Amino acid sequence: MQERIAELRAAGEAAVAAATTTDELEELRVAHLGRKAELPNLLRDVSKLEPAERGIVGKAANQARQALQAAIDARVAELKASELDAQLIADRVDITLPGKAEPVGGLHLLTRVRRDIEDIFLGLGFDIVEGPETETVHYNFDALNHAENHPARDRADTFYLAPSPHLDGDVQRLLRTHTSPMQVRHMERAEPPVAIVVPGRVYRPDSDATHTPQFHQVEGLWIDTDTTLADLKGVLLSFARAIFGPDREIRLRPHFFPFTEPSVEIDVSCHLCGGTGTLKDRSRCPLCKGTGWIEILGSGMVDPNVLAAVGRPEFDPEKVQGFAFGMGIERIAMLRYGLSDLRPLYENDVRLLEQYA
Amino acid sequence: MRVPIRWLGEYVALDGRDATEVAARLNVTGTELDRLVHHGVETPEKIVVGRVLTCEPHPDADRLRVTTVDIGAEEPSQIVCGAPNVAAGQTVGVATVGAVMPGGMKIKKAKLRGQASVGMICSARELGIGEEHDGILALETVLPGAADVAPGTPLTDVLAHADDVLDLEITPNRPDCLGLYGIAREVAAATGASLRPAPWTAAGAAEQGSTAEEGEDAAAVDPRGEAIDGFSLEVTTTRCPRFTLRLFQDVVVGPSPLWIQARLSAAGQRPINNVVDITNYVMLVTGQPLHAFDADRVAGGSLTIREAVDGEQLETLDGTTRTLKAGELVIDDADGPTSLAAVMGGARSEVHEGTTRVLLEVASWDGPTIHRTAHRLDLFSEAASRNAKGLAPEQVDWAQALASRLLRETVGATRVGGTLSAGTWNSAVVQPPLAVRESRVERLLGTAVSRPRQTELLDALGFGVTDAEPDAPAGTGTLQVVVPAERRADVTREVDLIEEIARLGVVADLEPTLPTRRRAAAARLTPAQRARRRVEDVLVGRGLQEVVGWSFTDAGAAGRLELPEGDPRAAAVVLDNPLSEDQAVLRPSMLVSLLDIARHNRTRGVDDLRIFETGTVFRDAPDPVRADMPYEHLAVAALVQDDVFAAKGLLEALLGALRIDDWALHATDEVQFLHPGRAARITVGAGDDAPTIGLLGEVHPRVADRWDLPRVATFLIDLDRLLPLVPDARTFRPVGAFPDARFDLAVLVADDVTAAKVVAVARKAGGALLEDVRVFDSYRGKGVPEGQVSLALHVRLRAADRTLTDEEIGGAREQIVAALAEQVGGVLRG
Ligand SMILES: [Zn+2]
Repeated sequence: MQERIAELRAAGEAAVAAATTTDELEELRVAHLGRKAELPNLLRDVSKLEPAERGIVGKAANQARQALQAAIDARVAELKASELDAQLIADRVDITLPGKAEPVGGLHLLTRVRRDIEDIFLGLGFDIVEGPETETVHYNFDALNHAENHPARDRADTFYLAPSPHLDGDVQRLLRTHTSPMQVRHMERAEPPVAIVVPGRVYRPDSDATHTPQFHQVEGLWIDTDTTLADLKGVLLSFARAIFGPDREIRLRPHFFPFTEPSVEIDVSCHLCGGTGTLKDRSRCPLCKGTGWIEILGSGMVDPNVLAAVGRPEFDPEKVQGFAFGMGIERIAMLRYGLSDLRPLYENDVRLLEQYA
Repeated sequence: MRVPIRWLGEYVALDGRDATEVAARLNVTGTELDRLVHHGVETPEKIVVGRVLTCEPHPDADRLRVTTVDIGAEEPSQIVCGAPNVAAGQTVGVATVGAVMPGGMKIKKAKLRGQASVGMICSARELGIGEEHDGILALETVLPGAADVAPGTPLTDVLAHADDVLDLEITPNRPDCLGLYGIAREVAAATGASLRPAPWTAAGAAEQGSTAEEGEDAAAVDPRGEAIDGFSLEVTTTRCPRFTLRLFQDVVVGPSPLWIQARLSAAGQRPINNVVDITNYVMLVTGQPLHAFDADRVAGGSLTIREAVDGEQLETLDGTTRTLKAGELVIDDADGPTSLAAVMGGARSEVHEGTTRVLLEVASWDGPTIHRTAHRLDLFSEAASRNAKGLAPEQVDWAQALASRLLRETVGATRVGGTLSAGTWNSAVVQPPLAVRESRVERLLGTAVSRPRQTELLDALGFGVTDAEPDAPAGTGTLQVVVPAERRADVTREVDLIEEIARLGVVADLEPTLPTRRRAAAARLTPAQRARRRVEDVLVGRGLQEVVGWSFTDAGAAGRLELPEGDPRAAAVVLDNPLSEDQAVLRPSMLVSLLDIARHNRTRGVDDLRIFETGTVFRDAPDPVRADMPYEHLAVAALVQDDVFAAKGLLEALLGALRIDDWALHATDEVQFLHPGRAARITVGAGDDAPTIGLLGEVHPRVADRWDLPRVATFLIDLDRLLPLVPDARTFRPVGAFPDARFDLAVLVADDVTAAKVVAVARKAGGALLEDVRVFDSYRGKGVPEGQVSLALHVRLRAADRTLTDEEIGGAREQIVAALAEQVGGVLRG
């Protein structure tokens, strides 16, 4: 009996060693250790043996069964590893083939620049408000201290709306030429102190490479009891550095705007040539035309007449004062992204837009 | 305003400051340099005085002459010249080899018809000092003693002929800078250079080596009185505060002296004749326009300034007949209108070659009136645009004085009589001085400026400053400031004077500070602004490219969208003065610009478009907030080259991201520009009257075809309605620690039962255990009877506090199946 056990064990171990697939091993397990196999049946029949033999045979058969099981498990593990290796080799792909296509969207350049500007002014303590694009002569010009013969009122510089039978009121309507009407609109409903920026679309009848009949501005207004021209400079210096780089300087250049007094244009030191006016190859800087400065916006201290036009004691020009500024989003975009022509921004060729997205 | 730097130097001691330096200072004190131009020969050092030694006809060319010219070199130069008036013995200006002429032409050694030529004998125009171009400029005709100048002398030593010119942008509030002397005052204030006396004063005349005779010193009243024999004047309108006339005889009309022509040319004015040139010259110096009448063509010797009658006509000196409007200003003589006042003279009374007596008009006008007329007739001459500013009446005296002296000195004219004067202006009325509080200066500018410093700055600009309390401590005193006439329109308040102080003395080195936000609320986007950004970001995240379209479109856009007349969307806001017919109205729907942009991209070969835009759309109907203004609202719209479910998927993502749950679609075939079987209104909120916030659908194939597009789907949403519905706070429900139970159901229903209805019935029947139910497949065809559709539902149940038992799950399933059978005739499949 013990010889038979040894034979079965040896035969089994030999077969396991010779097996080359996990499927084959499963067959071997059934054949050698399954319910109908000889070895387990031997073990089952141990009770029929002489009591003296029972222990010896039982132990041997058990050992043989365990040894065979261990050999199968070991061989299975071995084969599984090599089968996986083979699978991995078979699975190999050309990783340079394209991925599954996912559409990539993007914001329009003007929206990106607008958000940048908004975020900078939020950080400087301004709220953001928006206003209507159709306006009255009152808010667009009169309340902003534009003289009756100010050229901006000309039909060559302002889009007027045709009279409408559907609208009441004897007002002259127009498309706002700047975001400034919101200065007075906001002060009519808000309490001082006021700190707002007003992004939005504006309109003027111009059309060439650097002027489109619609464009976008951001207006700024800060009114308090003690807001100064020096504060204006600090705010706009912070803005210029955020947009054009931490090394930028600004300068205030006196100018004239009807709704501010004093009025200043703001120049920022040129980020292309570092304000020297000259490029590394010693040629004249094309961006600032060799001056080292680039005009970015108009601003000034809010004219007392504008505060008076609000018509509320809270905005009495003897009590409150402050600054206002207005910048073109397109102009900022042109300067920062080196655009020389605005028209493609409104043609919306998506292949171009994606590059700026 | 073109300012020749050498001419400017006559009024302010530039002391070697060149044009660039002057411009740089002006630029940072409020007078912006448009550009710096060079007038005349680019290389003046290459132009020398030459003497023509010989002049012979060219052997092979009838019109050319071969000359030899002594230009101070060892050998005379041979120069071939085409001018008919060149002759031996003349002293001339010679452009030598290497000279660059105005316009960039370079003088080189050349052979003309076989004859060598090493230079060019110049005409007045070639030198940029006049109009004459028919022949060369013989210097002895314009320059006394020219024959004695040594050949080879640089021409600039004896004749001013090339100059740097500042082209300055003068802001509308500074008409005083539309005259050279005003610029000179700015330069003096900006650089510290000393201002010379004004040329219309006795001191100014003396400065120029001349003597002011009677009436030629504007600082004094004309000693010749206020009458001219044979002439009368009347002003019947309040829009002409001051009108003056002087009479000159012995006038011989001819070319101006070369120095006047040279200056006018450099300033961009074409020389015409000596009388007209003087009116232009004086205008350029004083900023005050003048007009010369032929005194013998002023009928009856009487002039009346009056307001025009509507519709009356007048022929201006450009030969055009103008129809006037009521309130515009005309000047009559005894025969009727003779001049369009302050804008353009009349043809009838113009100075001509035979004129011997000149009547010189200098007047000041109501600016807005002149602006309107000039604007309406598109006649913005140098004179009209200055008059449109409403100049100070005192400037009239400056112009009369300087013109009188120049007419006498350069034309040889004799003044007859005194100064006729009329108008509402009263010279005796003196404006009270303005007060400038020192404290106010610091409060506005953010930096202290002492009263002595303020005085110094204002004084340089011609303001009369008095310190009422010189002993007042710093920060408390007040200055009393008298405004000079030429600044009276611009400087009327304390703040205007603070501007003058700021621009000259403060802004250049102002220390920046930051204001403090004194609102107990952090600056941040409003909920609606945040939601708008979320909308944009969600669509970008789904692979859409944002576009920015035109607010403008053409009047036919509504028709192309098939909107019937009377549809509120077809009522476009119309521009009164559009740039073109293509941009004549404001877009009534965002779809127009999206379709335009889609077509533009398709024709350029871009396929698979996915675009969106946020922006304003307009309608010619009262705005809910501003009843007298057109309705406008913010909208978002997307367009994808795909079917309606692609657009709906985007819409679901969008509304889901905004946390808007209670929205619904209502199929509609009533939107003309959408596919009648694939379109819906979008509502938010419960109930049948939930507001419509937008539209979803495939663009009607006929409309798409009109834009050369294949199938495209869109949604259009009114953000002004949607954004306020976005919940700002959100309550969270626990996801639950106990497992869910899921099962699928396939039900057959009639074709006209919508998926939304089936889901609603299932949701209600599922009761409290139901977490989610959705349709994941819809099937028609084999195995499904005609007229029916098979909908596959995915149901998910969950209880927060326990694992569901098989009985609970089975019960819920039975309730759902029963409800579907009962309410929508649903039959369970398979
Ligand atoms: Zn630069």
